[in-house]
Amino acid sequence: MLITCPYCGPRDVIEFTYQGDGNRERPDPASQNFEAWNAYVYDRLNPAGDHNEIWQHSGGCRAHLRVVRNTLTHEISSVAFVRGEHTSTPRRKAEGKS
Amino acid sequence: MSPRRTDTGGRIDRLKTIRFTFDGVAYTGHAGDTLASALLAKGVTLFGRSFKYHRPRGLLTAGVEEPNALVTVLKGEVREPNIPATMVEIHDGLVAISQNRFPSLAWDINAVNQLGGKLLSAGFYYKTFMGPVVGPLKGTRFWMVCERFIRRAAGLGSAGSAKDPARYERMNAFCDVLVVGSGPAGLMAAKAAADQGARVMLADLEPRFGGSANWSGETIDGAPASDWARRTVAQLEGRDNVRLLPRTTVWGYYDNNTLAALERVTDHKEQPGKGEPRHRYWAIRAKSVVLATGAFERPLVFPGNDRPGVMLAHAAERYANEFGVLPGERIALFTNNDSAYRVAVALKKAGAAVVAIADVRPELSAEMRKLAEEVDAEILAGHAVVATEGGRALSGLKLQRFDMANGTLTGDARSIHADCLLMSGGWSPTIHLASQAGAKAQWNAARQAFLPPKPTQQWPTQQWIGAGAFTGSFSTAEAIAEGRAAGLAAAGATGTPTALPTVEAVPGDPDPAPVFEIRAKGKSFVDFQHDVTAEDVRLAHREGFVSVEHLKRYTTLGMATDQGKSSNIPGLAIMAEALGKPIPEVGTTRFRPPFAPVSIGSLAAERFGDLKPERLTPMHDWHVANGATMYSAGLWYRPMIYGDAGETVEQAYVREAKATRESAGIVDVSTLGKIAVQGPDAAAFLDRVYTNMFSTLAVGKARYGLMLREDGLAFDDGTTWRLGEQDFLMTTTTANAGKVMQHLEYFLDVIWPELKVHVTSVTDEWAGAAIGGPKARQILAACVTSTAVDNATLPFMGIVRGEIADVPVMICRLSFSGEMAFEVYSGAGHGTHVWEALIEAGKPFGLVTYGLEALGTMRIEKGHVTGAEIDGRTTARDLHLDWMLSKKKPFIGSAMMDREGLIASDRLELVGLIALDNRPLNGGAHIVEEVDEANPHGSIGHITACCYSPALGKHIALALVKGGKARRGTRAHVSDPLRNRFGPVEIVSNHFFDPEGTRMHG
Repeated sequence: MLITCPYCGPRDVIEFTYQGDGNRERPDPASQNFEAWNAYVYDRLNPAGDHNEIWQHSGGCRAHLRVVRNTLTHEISSVAFVRGEHTSTPRRKAEGKS
Repeated sequence: MSPRRTDTGGRIDRLKTIRFTFDGVAYTGHAGDTLASALLAKGVTLFGRSFKYHRPRGLLTAGVEEPNALVTVLKGEVREPNIPATMVEIHDGLVAISQNRFPSLAWDINAVNQLGGKLLSAGFYYKTFMGPVVGPLKGTRFWMVCERFIRRAAGLGSAGSAKDPARYERMNAFCDVLVVGSGPAGLMAAKAAADQGARVMLADLEPRFGGSANWSGETIDGAPASDWARRTVAQLEGRDNVRLLPRTTVWGYYDNNTLAALERVTDHKEQPGKGEPRHRYWAIRAKSVVLATGAFERPLVFPGNDRPGVMLAHAAERYANEFGVLPGERIALFTNNDSAYRVAVALKKAGAAVVAIADVRPELSAEMRKLAEEVDAEILAGHAVVATEGGRALSGLKLQRFDMANGTLTGDARSIHADCLLMSGGWSPTIHLASQAGAKAQWNAARQAFLPPKPTQQWPTQQWIGAGAFTGSFSTAEAIAEGRAAGLAAAGATGTPTALPTVEAVPGDPDPAPVFEIRAKGKSFVDFQHDVTAEDVRLAHREGFVSVEHLKRYTTLGMATDQGKSSNIPGLAIMAEALGKPIPEVGTTRFRPPFAPVSIGSLAAERFGDLKPERLTPMHDWHVANGATMYSAGLWYRPMIYGDAGETVEQAYVREAKATRESAGIVDVSTLGKIAVQGPDAAAFLDRVYTNMFSTLAVGKARYGLMLREDGLAFDDGTTWRLGEQDFLMTTTTANAGKVMQHLEYFLDVIWPELKVHVTSVTDEWAGAAIGGPKARQILAACVTSTAVDNATLPFMGIVRGEIADVPVMICRLSFSGEMAFEVYSGAGHGTHVWEALIEAGKPFGLVTYGLEALGTMRIEKGHVTGAEIDGRTTARDLHLDWMLSKKKPFIGSAMMDREGLIASDRLELVGLIALDNRPLNGGAHIVEEVDEANPHGSIGHITACCYSPALGKHIALALVKGGKARRGTRAHVSDPLRNRFGPVEIVSNHFFDPEGTRMHG
């Protein structure tokens, strides 16, 4: 499987660490809502099709990426910095689909 | 020259004699021979004993699909079992032995299993050995008794226990076009793509490229096909954009056109060349892939089809044309298709007598009749073989009239004398790689075979193009045309209409008759390697195991090392007939990697042995030069003890720990994980990450911190030093350094991107030495300049900067050993310099160096926790660290840590143990309330760490025990049946030594 890191370009999956379901919402740190915490810690989506996942480019730039991957075909339709959702845009745009 | 060897032809070099042994008997062969061809040339027919019935077996094939002739190759003490003799290239000094026989191949005691054939049918193990309901052998115990004997009788070669000294390596490769298979289709594809300038890789599992061109006896462009293949290979050989990989099995097809291949680099050599590995694992990334993997010929299923001397037709053609070996002198053929007639021509030409051709089809084409007449063979159209005769070699066969419309046999059986029977049941394309890539095979009724589908967009991450027999196009002319088209398409070119090579071939219809089995009395084998008969398949049907997946598991059809390369389709056809359904409705199993067995060594490659990465501390060489016994911890190497001559490990660590508590000791702590946490929000970030407060920590001070996971369980601990207002140096345990780093990065990147914090791994930037003991401060005072180290300047958990031997150092007063202790950090490059200066300064004070054993001993005496206790199941409370859980702020894990199950009173809690019988304890031993040596049970916990404590003069341990805190002061027992260690212990606090901490506070 190839993941096109927006910073480093297309790289083999062995350079990445899977960091789980990207749909999880972490409750407010001070929240005592146990159901919400339980869902955050233990519940994972497992769709047959496109899945929103977090991957860390641990063998490269170490950025966390939001990857939309088809769990049936391993086709990756989008890759973006997780951090970029909140702050700055990538410094260098890599070639190919991202 | 042996009588079975032809005078000319083939890939062998008749001038070069090779000497080898098989089952201890010396043989000779020629360069280019396989073990199979060399032995066959010497008249050897018996190669092995079958899996279940120990029936004598000979060669069925000439290639990778061989199910019968499996041998063990010995190299010194190292044995490699289950290698097809057809894939072993002989070399001087080769030692091979047969398998699954006792005492010898010719006289095998377990051959009596044949008499009990009915008993050993499918599922027999499960049915027969269930055992009585009561008594000493009730239930599975009876099976366990029987299993020992069955395992000895049934099976393949045995693995050795000697260490494999061979080297393996891994290569990553990239190309535009990977061509798998080098027959006419593959060669044309490789050449067409290379001519377009594409970077091409061509892999073939055989040592010689050319595939069927090497044995077809056909003519291409006016020359023998094998010469055409050689010329084409020579054209590819010199080119910069082509890499040729002979002896390379492409065994896996993964996402994004990543393929895995195994290159057998030196198995065929007496001695490997300098620097050559035994096997090389190739990870190949190809823009496009051409699959030109050919097809496997199928056996016919009839009684006695497994007798030595019964062989696939094309295999005989290969032996004759490629190796110059005749598989017999009087040869009969049995076929359901035209391809066998070409074989008859080849064998006749090579000098054998072809006595008869039995064909299940009542009507034969004029062309086939003509071929049969050319070879002087009697034609028996509408006939089938119903029995074979002979023992370790074939002596004859019986035929009957056969009606293929309803499968009935009529008329008297007729005997034919022959020493070799060749069978052909049609061809199955080798679609394994396409199947791995997600392609669903489609049944083609004309070809009676599963063909690969046209590649679709359904699997967009795997793209291949097929060519030749792989697609069901069995003629060489089609293979050449498809191969070139595939090569051009793979290289992204559009067709250039130059002339294709012209092929002269024996004619033939590619479509076989739909006959898979001749039903007559006797054992008819479907899966030769696992001894699965046609009757076993029908038995599975009668007992309800009708789905193809159940059939496979119940009968073990197709589950042997050959993965059913010759048996899958006949097995399916028989099941389909039993079900009264067409074959495509029964379906086929999907192929998974590997296509053929892969050496484990090649998968481990550089991760094992000399090339394995290792991490050394800056002071590593000093430790080794000063008598340290090194211990590997993950990738790190750390001193275990610094042994004096004649000392045992225990004597050494007791001496080291004692000396540290009496005067002073020094230990290398450079392996601790170190992370620089910097930025305006660093303190706030640490408050969220640690269970305790760090924002309140003064600059120039350190604090012990505990981290939890999100689920509330303990994760890691260590001290963090505040070097500046926005500058912290975090230390982690050695083992968790990477995990903690990843944990911090995740929260900064994904959860709290608004925090202005940067984390940097600085583990390798700092050398660390911990010096502790009553004299430690005096030693520092003797060598540290630019700062004082007295109690006022350097209080407990204080940090100062100074110099040792003109090198800047950072010193923090903290203690793991429980003594007055200091951690001295310097730049990694100065590590040994500072270490030596400390050793020198310590000499007058009796300073000793100590290793991991003494470090562990002193921490157990103090009751500190490490990874053995923070094991992913324990909470802060379990470890009596709840005093560190701040109530003033939320932190990672705070919301989940008070769940019911995590605060229950019967949880495993950290305790200390003292052995009351004064004998050593063992890590992992269970703790019980009452000892029952005969029937150990009732564990209330286990030992996590143990040692002899020099400070207490006792054998002690740390343990996790149910409701441990409440049990302090009570007695329990260790129960360790594996090591036969039982005995009384006293449960105490985990703080064995100096619980008030007076020594470290000084």
